[in-house]
Amino acid sequence: MKIYTEAGERHVLAVTVDNEAGILAKITGLFSARGYNIESLTVADISADHALSRITIVTSGPPAVIDQIIAQLDRLVPVHSVTDLADGGAHVEREIALVKVAGSGDKRIEALRMADVFRAKVVDTTLSSFIFEITGTSDKVDRFIALMRECGLVEVGRTGVVAIARGSEAV
Amino acid sequence: MTEMSGADMVVQALVDLGVDTVFGYPGGAVLPIYDALFKHPTIKHILVRHEQAATHAAEGYARSTGKPGVVLVTSGPGATNAVTGITDALMDSIPMVVLTGQVSTALIGTDAFQECDTVGITRHCTKHNYLVMDPERLGPILHEAFYIATHGRPGPVVIDIPKNVQVATGNYVIPEKIAHKSYRPQVEPDADAIAAAVAMIAAAERPIFYTGGGVINAGPDASAALRQLVALTGAPVTSTLMGLGAFPADDPKWLGMLGMHGTYEANMAMNRADLIIAVGARFDDRVTGRLDAFSPDSKKIHIDIDRSSINKIVPVDLAVVGDAGRALDAIIAGWQDAGHKPRDLGEWWRRVDGWRATRCLDFPEKKENGAEVMPQRAVKALFDATRGMDPIITTEVGQHQMWAAQHFHFDSPNRWLTSGGLGTMGYGFPAAVGAQIAHPNRLVICIAGEASLQMNIQEMGTVAQYRLPVKIFILNNQWMGMVRQWQELTYESRYSNSYSDSLPDFVKLADAYGWTGLRIDTLGELADGIQTMINTPGPVIVDCRVAQLANCFPMIPSGAAHTEMLLQPSDVTGTMDDEAKALV
Repeated sequence: MKIYTEAGERHVLAVTVDNEAGILAKITGLFSARGYNIESLTVADISADHALSRITIVTSGPPAVIDQIIAQLDRLVPVHSVTDLADGGAHVEREIALVKVAGSGDKRIEALRMADVFRAKVVDTTLSSFIFEITGTSDKVDRFIALMRECGLVEVGRTGVVAIARGSEAV
Repeated sequence: MTEMSGADMVVQALVDLGVDTVFGYPGGAVLPIYDALFKHPTIKHILVRHEQAATHAAEGYARSTGKPGVVLVTSGPGATNAVTGITDALMDSIPMVVLTGQVSTALIGTDAFQECDTVGITRHCTKHNYLVMDPERLGPILHEAFYIATHGRPGPVVIDIPKNVQVATGNYVIPEKIAHKSYRPQVEPDADAIAAAVAMIAAAERPIFYTGGGVINAGPDASAALRQLVALTGAPVTSTLMGLGAFPADDPKWLGMLGMHGTYEANMAMNRADLIIAVGARFDDRVTGRLDAFSPDSKKIHIDIDRSSINKIVPVDLAVVGDAGRALDAIIAGWQDAGHKPRDLGEWWRRVDGWRATRCLDFPEKKENGAEVMPQRAVKALFDATRGMDPIITTEVGQHQMWAAQHFHFDSPNRWLTSGGLGTMGYGFPAAVGAQIAHPNRLVICIAGEASLQMNIQEMGTVAQYRLPVKIFILNNQWMGMVRQWQELTYESRYSNSYSDSLPDFVKLADAYGWTGLRIDTLGELADGIQTMINTPGPVIVDCRVAQLANCFPMIPSGAAHTEMLLQPSDVTGTMDDEAKALV
């Protein structure tokens, strides 16, 4: 007997929650307990009185599973709202990576040239290294990191995805 | 606002919330609350013998009254012992508030004596939980916790209270109105969905009501509304294990329970229906059998207060989110406003009657006095003997539970207490304790298996202490019967570790605890034994020796469809393929 898993489409969920101890554990625990994927998760306090946090979750699954994820999140007591950003039409996604590259000579020059093409900023440098800051979609960040592997990549830190719907309305 | 200690606030809040009974067990980290309880004689504290039993007793109290059950336990092992009952309450949507002591705030995280991460451990087996770090938050949190436990889909809420928060003083604050900032369950159903439901029911040729625990949770009015709607539409009714009692079993429209050990007529009717009206039921795997063969030709209406139950397992055509009782009332109003008359369902009922003719709950037995007691006969005899006495029945988990569900019949809600979702052996006896506390003058019987009963048998002491007239009726077949049955069906009768060896002498055990004990060995002793049990004041344990190798039929084996029921022992082949073996 073999065990099969079902593939599915990528979705970005914006979840507004009470900014209280344990809420992140509750959300991530729900995903692990019910076997849902988390491809990326970011969380930060978003209100002036520090009462609310916004969690952005990138997940994937067939439509029925995504629907179930939203319903499961929505019934948690500290959850205020859950929005599937793919549902509302266009949205903007960004991720920041800090990418450390070490080397000398041609590789160093090539790294700088490619950073320029990707509009990555140099935020730190030594005689033998750069730290680049790159902002963009996960895809763009992935491509930049892949190129840097050829140019002496030593370390990467990524924020994960934040996203917001286009237009004048709030979620 | 009054200045008082955290412990006094806890007890004051319980009084203000109308709590009359707390099930608990003291320990170091809850001593301040126990001291506060000492000064409040209005709250009755029931001292159990194990914290798991406190949670099941609270469930029994809640299920039999509709009020939330309240539990008080200490930190560490007190809290971890309560986890099984908390999870059971979550799975079966039982309103419960569990107060746990915790080490002082300065000691949290230091691996202090009897410390455990209670909010961490219970995060995923509660509807919500709290760690209270400030005594002034106790009032609002307790009031909010009861609101959350009882509103929307009911469930357990844990409040973890460090010992120094119990000792510290502050102002006791009662929130004026509980309107939780994010938790707003939808109670009123959507009017368009109701109109659509009415039209679908009016158009159906082969409708069936499939009802569950949500109807019970929605209160007695919901059961009354269900009866009215069934009378208006003329459709047959089946129910899950948790929903038994919402519809009277002596009504000709009642088909019995559905699912793995449901009746042939209920499962066939679900399979052949053109409309399923699911009310407060969640399409559990024990109900659906093989999903791709589940009711293939029907449209489905799903009424549920929890949106996440809808489309979770079976995709439905119409979702109605809301309280089961309100939704049923709205459908009745819509039906009457539209002037619908019951359709002629004669052809449908002829088919149902054809399935009924298989008499699927019949079982082979010898009739002479010296014959062994068939477990089904024992349950039927118990039912016959207690008719008109409106008993509350609890069960443990296993074969006896299914036989009780099949052969004991109910005509009102809140009389049937059983562990459905989690399937907790050890639930039934403490649940009977809780039900008896809530209903001191009612006949409360725990139908038990000899294996399950031993999981919380220590509660015989609790019963003795409070002089509760609980009756335990053991269907003793000396096996973990359901495990043995599955081994017979699936593993060619290799009975690995399923024999109940070294059983106690239950009659002597009764004597040791000051109970009355009696044994039934043969069919001839059955009726008298049951009568003696009923007539004996105080707690009674009946060790009813039953046929050891009887199996529970009908049965939909793992991975099979509703139409592939095993009706009798000769249908059993003794082995299954890996796909079926992998299903629970």
